[in-house]
Amino acid sequence: MATALMTTPTRTSTDHAPREWVERLRADAPHRAAAVAELHELLLKAARFEVGRRAAEARHLRGGDLEDLAQQAAGDALVAVLGKLDQFRGESRFTTWAYKFALLEAAVKVRRRAWQGREIPLEEEAWGTLADPAAGADRGAEQAELFAALREEIERSLGPRQREVLVAVALNDVPIDVLAERLGSTRGALYKNLHDARRKLRQALAARGFSSVAGEEE
Amino acid sequence: MKRDELLGRVLGSGSPELTCEQCFEELDRYVELAVAGERADERVPGMRAHLEGCPACAEDFDSLRDLVAAEQER
Repeated sequence: MATALMTTPTRTSTDHAPREWVERLRADAPHRAAAVAELHELLLKAARFEVGRRAAEARHLRGGDLEDLAQQAAGDALVAVLGKLDQFRGESRFTTWAYKFALLEAAVKVRRRAWQGREIPLEEEAWGTLADPAAGADRGAEQAELFAALREEIERSLGPRQREVLVAVALNDVPIDVLAERLGSTRGALYKNLHDARRKLRQALAARGFSSVAGEEE
Repeated sequence: MKRDELLGRVLGSGSPELTCEQCFEELDRYVELAVAGERADERVPGMRAHLEGCPACAEDFDSLRDLVAAEQER
């Protein structure tokens, strides 16, 4: 059955194979243990795929550490998938739906491990980038004014959490999952801070006459 | 970093976009549409803008797309 799923590029409304996975994984299914083991193998494959492509981010980790991360990610993804079976809508293959949990778990674990013990840059570097006149030397006076206004509005229009997330994630390349762990928050909550900060800045700049930065949301 | 890129990072696209939770919910469907060459951006409005604004979700998309595409090539 799994083989048939793998080789079907797109599904039609008559393709019930994804639902068969759900039935096989239900708590009262007759051969559930075999289905769970099969699912775990798939999740482990996805986790290893993700850890492998991210290995360069965590150069201090050895092969055994990376395999441990993949195993942990597959285990956590298995719990997540089994707990969310009822949320599977059958709009993709079951394997694609399940893989995303393993990829997410693996990516978050590698990012956090890569940043373990590292200080998160929250201020100076970003201000330096924005303040550097050489960065916009070829762009003329108007963009220099825009950047000056942007710096002012980052200071003036944003709340402390909005500024913190904007500077760390958008300017200093801190992974949002790492910041979320340090701040005791979630990716979704911090991204909302970032989204709100961006909207405030666009509105503030548009009000100052920089109409080119106004978005469709405003 | 170029100033245009910097501006994009700080201000985002300004287009209506999904949240991270909605992005994760739709990711498998969006990826399969994208890999199949179907109109993923039309079928899942707000996804493209979110992926442009959220580096972490964009990396999740890249990984799932590459994994699914690799499996279909076999």
